Amino acid sequence: MGAQAHTDGGHHDHELGFVKRWLFSTNHKDIGTLYLIFAMVGGVVGGFLSMGIRAELAEPGMQIFVNEHMFNTFSTAHGLIMIFFMIMPSLFGGFGNWIMPLMIGAPDMAFPRLNNISFWLMPPALSLLIISLFVEGPSGMNGAGVGWTVYPPHSTSGHPGPAVDFAILALHLGGASSILSSINFITTIFNMRAPGMTLHKMPLFVWSILVTAFLLLLAMPVLAGGITMLLMDRNFATTFFDPAGGGDPVLYQHLFWFFGHPEVYVIILPGFGIVSQVVSTFSKKPVFGYLGMAYAMVAIGAIGFVVWAHHMYTAGLSLDTQAYFLAATMVIAVPTGIKIFSWIATMWGGSIRFDTPMLFAIGFIFLFTFGGVTGVVLANPGIDRALHDTVYVVAHFHYTMSIGALFTLFTGWYYWFPKMTGYMYNEFLGKVHFWLIFIGVNVTFFPMHFSGLAGMPRRIPDYPDAYAGWNMISSAGAWITILGMAVFFYAMVQAFMRKRVAGDNPWGEGATTMEWSLPSPPAFHSFEHLPKVK
Amino acid sequence: MSSEKQHKTDKVIEETDLGVSSLHKRHSFVGLSLALVVVGMLGLSAAAVPLYKMFCQVTGYGGTTQRAEMAPEEASKEMITVRFDANVSRNLDWKFTPVQRSVNIHIGEEKLIFYKAENDSDKPVTGTATFNVTPEVAGKYFKKIQCFCFTEQILEPGEKADMSVSFFIDAGILSDPNTKHVSEITLSYTFFEKKQKTAKAVSTKNSGSL
Repeated sequence: MGAQAHTDGGHHDHELGFVKRWLFSTNHKDIGTLYLIFAMVGGVVGGFLSMGIRAELAEPGMQIFVNEHMFNTFSTAHGLIMIFFMIMPSLFGGFGNWIMPLMIGAPDMAFPRLNNISFWLMPPALSLLIISLFVEGPSGMNGAGVGWTVYPPHSTSGHPGPAVDFAILALHLGGASSILSSINFITTIFNMRAPGMTLHKMPLFVWSILVTAFLLLLAMPVLAGGITMLLMDRNFATTFFDPAGGGDPVLYQHLFWFFGHPEVYVIILPGFGIVSQVVSTFSKKPVFGYLGMAYAMVAIGAIGFVVWAHHMYTAGLSLDTQAYFLAATMVIAVPTGIKIFSWIATMWGGSIRFDTPMLFAIGFIFLFTFGGVTGVVLANPGIDRALHDTVYVVAHFHYTMSIGALFTLFTGWYYWFPKMTGYMYNEFLGKVHFWLIFIGVNVTFFPMHFSGLAGMPRRIPDYPDAYAGWNMISSAGAWITILGMAVFFYAMVQAFMRKRVAGDNPWGEGATTMEWSLPSPPAFHSFEHLPKVK
Repeated sequence: MSSEKQHKTDKVIEETDLGVSSLHKRHSFVGLSLALVVVGMLGLSAAAVPLYKMFCQVTGYGGTTQRAEMAPEEASKEMITVRFDANVSRNLDWKFTPVQRSVNIHIGEEKLIFYKAENDSDKPVTGTATFNVTPEVAGKYFKKIQCFCFTEQILEPGEKADMSVSFFIDAGILSDPNTKHVSEITLSYTFFEKKQKTAKAVSTKNSGSL
């Protein structure tokens, strides 16, 4: 991405130096580019860690890790990096910065310097998390093997070394970055829409960014509060979560999941927006039920705040509480169903082109619907008693917020790649990428439903021989996925080398949002004169 | 890249100086309001600590027992079994056991029972006990009049002590649909060493669980 053709434009006739342009950047497109590059780095690190996990689980017995803690360290870092340093910086930070202002006709973000700080908090955060892998966690062992949930007491008395402190500080920085971005995005969307673009005319991707920003604004401070108390319990002899001083470890779980459940919607909502744009573009039809789609996202976001304890069915909730959280969780299936059916209705009768972005969008709808169905299964406390902490849960959340979100990321990537770079990617390579990764992730995660139903626990490196067959298949799927990712990187490099000119709008009449009215790539400064929306 | 090319839209409006300064005001207003929301949520997460404690105490949530001044004057004819359980944190070198495993009492009847504790270490230790009952729904009907767990307990090296609990089961348990089937309640205590404010919270000696 660094090799982009547009260096400078508009009436600022001087060229910006490298340091000034990229390190002190206040331009939403450049910051978006930085976020996307950062997410690629995070994705490579997180992907490497996941290959470690699958290599270990390929066969019963210990394969590559010296002890269980090291395995837990890998899965912890894999989860945290993929969530905070891959999916969020790309979907929210990357496309949110790059595309959202173009879609509403804004010349830039409301607070460009705040935007710069939002991005530059991320590399130190990732560095702290990577450092945590190499400093002492439990005595005599390195790294934080606490899971992405960082539950005490394992994260307090179980990890006397500084590794957990590093991980907590990484989350603090990442959280601060997200909060600042959210303030920036909301202010931009509220104040800087082009004349005539009312809230009810905004493209659905902008709606998705708006809802996501509100979720972050309300949820992130709670995570910050929770992990700050954890940090104090670890270092300053407080007992927020320690029963020896009157605290309660279950309080941490409540605080964490009050953040954690909205967080999974933070991950997937921008993807909902992208898929809506792409399905509409490649069906050459406006989105079916626009208002329903927009308010379904608002509803998902709102209900997302009142279902957190469905992650805690086995933590000792009373029967009535479980019944409430069961019902509230099931309700989420309603707005989600509205979205799925509206996407299908958008395609219905459309003149559909199966270009790579559309393939990824349809792949996402398939994966997300499947993951949604297993989510309804897991919402039942009775069934969850049996399935809690099995790899069935791992399969569920990978189908939804992991590979589901990843597919929306690739949807957006192939959709906007010509706009952001000015070059057309190779359609054949894009399709090869899609099929390899679609087959790869399904071969990886589908068998986990079977091993999970058979009772295989998550977070273990070794397991009884009975689970060997499906695990070997899962690990084979991981290698297919990696092959697909190699094609992705090759396709990107090839597109930059071949320099096929994409043109302002390679997708034709279906692409109606405002970014397609700009040149590809857009000039350094776009919309210096506000466009008017009819 | 020519700058004219970026505007395909014909209709453009000029930003006036007035427009820009009012835009800055609106930015500050929205931005600061959102920052206030963040501060509010931070405050709420801190307030969650006392609120959670209060919630458990008031509702008996998670099997939190209640306190009462005195037992009702008349006990019911119905009987209930109360069992006693004792645990000691692995960092605390104490013996701690109930004197009687269970008692069979009338609902509403005040009962005095004892636990035995002994300090096996070679230094004086302050202990503090956490407690709850199972089934958890019975928490709000389990009323303690007096309990060793209300205060800290100090035991000298080798010292033995009897620790008393005086309690009754509230008659409300008979009419609550969630609890009327309950015929047995287990009262459980776990003794911890009282945290010294000066000590490092995470001591290295209790690590190595993996």
